[in-house]
Amino acid sequence: MSHEFPSPFDVETPAGAEGWEEMYPYYLLFDPARREEEANRFWFYNGMHFPEPMPAFDMITAESCYLSIGLYQGRVFSIPTVLGIEHRVVNGYVYITSNEVSDPAEIEKRLETFLPRIGYYYANWDTLVARWQVEVDARIAELTALEIPRLAELEDEQELIHDHKLGSNYRLMAAYDQAIHLYNELNQLHFELLLLAYGAYLTFFQFCQSAFPDMGLQTMSQMIAGFDTTMMRPDDELKALAAKAIELGVDGSFTEGRSAEEILEELWASEPGREWIADLEARKHPWFMMSTGDGFYHHHRAWADDLRLPFTAMVGYIAQLRAGQELDRPRERLLAERERIADEYRDLLATDEERTQFTEMLGLCRHVFPHAESHKFFIEHWGTSLFFNAIRKVGAVLAENGFFPEADDIFYLNIHEVHEALSDVGLAWAGGAPGRGTVYWPKRVERRKEILATLAEWVPPPALGVVPEVINDPTVQLLWGVTAERLRAWASGAGDEGGVHGYAASPGRAEGPARVVRDVNEIGTVQQGEVLVCSVTAPSWAPVFPKIAAAVSDIGGMMSHAAIIAREYGLPAVVGTGHATKQIKTGDRVRVDGDTGIVTILD
Amino acid sequence: MYVVPFHSLGLDDVTLVGGKCAHLGDLTQAGFPVPPGYAVTTMGFEEVVEGHLADLLASIDPDDVTALEQKAEHVRTVVEALDVPSEIADAIAGGYEQLSADLGLTEPPVAVRSSAVAEDAADASFAGMQSTYLWLRGVDEVLAGVRRCWASYFNAEALSYRAQHGGKSGMSVAVQYMVDARVAGVMFTLNPVSGDPSSIAIDASYGLGVTVVGGEVTPDSYLFSKVTRELVRSEIGAKEVECVADHEQGGTVNREVEEERRMLPCLTPEEITRLADIGRSVERHYGGPQDLEWAIDRAIDEIFLLQARPETVWSQKRRTVLAESPLAAIAATFMGGRPTR
Repeated sequence: MSHEFPSPFDVETPAGAEGWEEMYPYYLLFDPARREEEANRFWFYNGMHFPEPMPAFDMITAESCYLSIGLYQGRVFSIPTVLGIEHRVVNGYVYITSNEVSDPAEIEKRLETFLPRIGYYYANWDTLVARWQVEVDARIAELTALEIPRLAELEDEQELIHDHKLGSNYRLMAAYDQAIHLYNELNQLHFELLLLAYGAYLTFFQFCQSAFPDMGLQTMSQMIAGFDTTMMRPDDELKALAAKAIELGVDGSFTEGRSAEEILEELWASEPGREWIADLEARKHPWFMMSTGDGFYHHHRAWADDLRLPFTAMVGYIAQLRAGQELDRPRERLLAERERIADEYRDLLATDEERTQFTEMLGLCRHVFPHAESHKFFIEHWGTSLFFNAIRKVGAVLAENGFFPEADDIFYLNIHEVHEALSDVGLAWAGGAPGRGTVYWPKRVERRKEILATLAEWVPPPALGVVPEVINDPTVQLLWGVTAERLRAWASGAGDEGGVHGYAASPGRAEGPARVVRDVNEIGTVQQGEVLVCSVTAPSWAPVFPKIAAAVSDIGGMMSHAAIIAREYGLPAVVGTGHATKQIKTGDRVRVDGDTGIVTILD
Repeated sequence: MYVVPFHSLGLDDVTLVGGKCAHLGDLTQAGFPVPPGYAVTTMGFEEVVEGHLADLLASIDPDDVTALEQKAEHVRTVVEALDVPSEIADAIAGGYEQLSADLGLTEPPVAVRSSAVAEDAADASFAGMQSTYLWLRGVDEVLAGVRRCWASYFNAEALSYRAQHGGKSGMSVAVQYMVDARVAGVMFTLNPVSGDPSSIAIDASYGLGVTVVGGEVTPDSYLFSKVTRELVRSEIGAKEVECVADHEQGGTVNREVEEERRMLPCLTPEEITRLADIGRSVERHYGGPQDLEWAIDRAIDEIFLLQARPETVWSQKRRTVLAESPLAAIAATFMGGRPTR
């Protein structure tokens, strides 16, 4: 067997990032003691969820997800052919592999459990979605209420003596543990229904491909599109606020290039301005708990904590409204179109049996798939933003006690190290001396920041290890767009001749100057008519979609967030190109062909 | 009844006029744009040809390949030289005169094409091979064309096939007003490569469609979606030659296409949509996928259908994998396509 991709043991650490390994737990590193075993497996870069090098603490977002994916794939649903997904970190980037089952007897045995269990879920979908929502709401409420005690000079008499509470040092550790538990619990819920929703979608897609081999993915998605999803709600609120600004006559304050603070300051000064701010406050909860990213990094703050993205979007929406454009998602049109397309395809099927199956499959898909979009708001956005904010408060306590300068520096410690630091600070506080961490952590945090800055400039190879003949795990194909064919293209460096190749995620063709955006915080730089070229697009980037001519991403499969949004906006998109952000420079004129998946650099 | 105009024919007339004429008649009656014309029925063929050839045909040994080719050639020479009884010749001439009157033209150009009556598709396709004679004018040329079509019934492949499989068959001839094609080609109302029934595949080139059917050019290839009504794919072919009327010598001539025209698409998106709409209507009319020949007239820019026959390859295959239930289908997905039993 030949290595078409580098062995995980041969990947060089870029100069300046030496020692990156010490910020991650041992179980996430490739272990030379298991070289033979690990180098012969196939690992692919999960840039779709983790497109940046992972700050030490943020590794929990991966760990927590893989605890749950494997739990449901392997241990709950007993998917016959796959046990779960393993992950590793290389130069700060997350690589994953699935553990497939190949023994036919074992597959047969797992099948007996699998069928009744998934059958139960599909048969009771609405009840189980309602149960899911109750459980998610409870965790979100608990995270919202979670108290992070500070370490005061003296404990409160009432609390400690009369109420007989635990000491602040104990309670600080318990609150941290509870935050981790709640986040993990949310992530268990994350995958309870998601895999089944994707399974229905993929099945319908495969049926369509066998009946209509020429049918594009976008056409198939159109038959599912148009549902109401919580994920669209935050953006709808921005549109409503834009309309409100015009109604109140304060729209003049929203001009391009102005910061949210400047705009708000001006609004505070007038009566209609204050009325608009009251409307903003009313609409913020919980919709501004939308993350500016995908909900996997601490620095992707919620809109409520970082107003740049929503205000940039509102400036755009106000300009569009003034120009007489409609902002509402064309839901009626989407719904009418999805019926027309479905009816026509149904008519083209040869037999009644095929028509019945098509109808049943489409019905099931429309029933269960909306959850795959809606869950994101509760888990990745609201819940995750609350979690990071709770950890930030823990960071504030450590910062107050001299462990590092800023509250956010806590994210340069991994989850286990935070535990140690809390023992340290609690002991030191109780012992009446400065914590050992005051000497231990500051230099480490500084060094880790340098390492991560260096690693951010490094381009991770799309895969490591040995490419398999076939990829059996359907979720890998669906979610990440990783197929054996795709890998061969990556390995051959396809696109070297001025072209960038990816998945045709949303149809249509467009040309324009490129805007390369590697960090979500640069999203404000995007200008009207540009082609957005990014590592991965997140749902909260929807506000810039009306501005851009087309979207291109390094990472993403047919189910990726970017693909779903682009199809709804009718915007040409090519996803999963592997290296578009490296091959294309801001200002390059590019042509995006969303029908063929080819992006051409024109000059 | 030796000749029947297309507008009086329907699918019930296959034994009298063969599949091609019956379909042209049916399409005409259904209101599709078919150039006017008439069928020379099998009655003439039977009286003139089969009556004279019984002994000759009986002497053919289908296993002797070398002799078969020679015999076939001999039979064809005999047929082309046969005297056509005046009753039949007059009927054919009368049909042509009526067509001229209907069109308001003197000696209009026509295409003369065989329309075999056969019990199965294989025989029909053997029998009709190569027997299309274009840009004929006047009664004499039409009569000569008819005799050559009759003769084409006796090519070696068809003789051998009939000797082995038996079966009753015959030959009718279509005489049809000649469309002066600017662009022509074939259209399948499904994708002949993938079998996708939601696609319409169009191959098109300059001039008459014979260059496309005969593989003399690399045509433009278009794939159109019936549902999204969008051009899914278009591949522009080299289109080096075009077959056009030879106004000096009669008949047709292949001439080179000028360099600058070769790599241009020969159909506009609007023409593709119009063609696809006609294809879809014909498919609906017959309730199944069709294989069509068409042409766009140089002077009036209209699309004409020259032939329609059922598509036989994909329409007899079942493509879709059916599961017992949606749950079983989803289970199969999670199994990576392995059977769940």
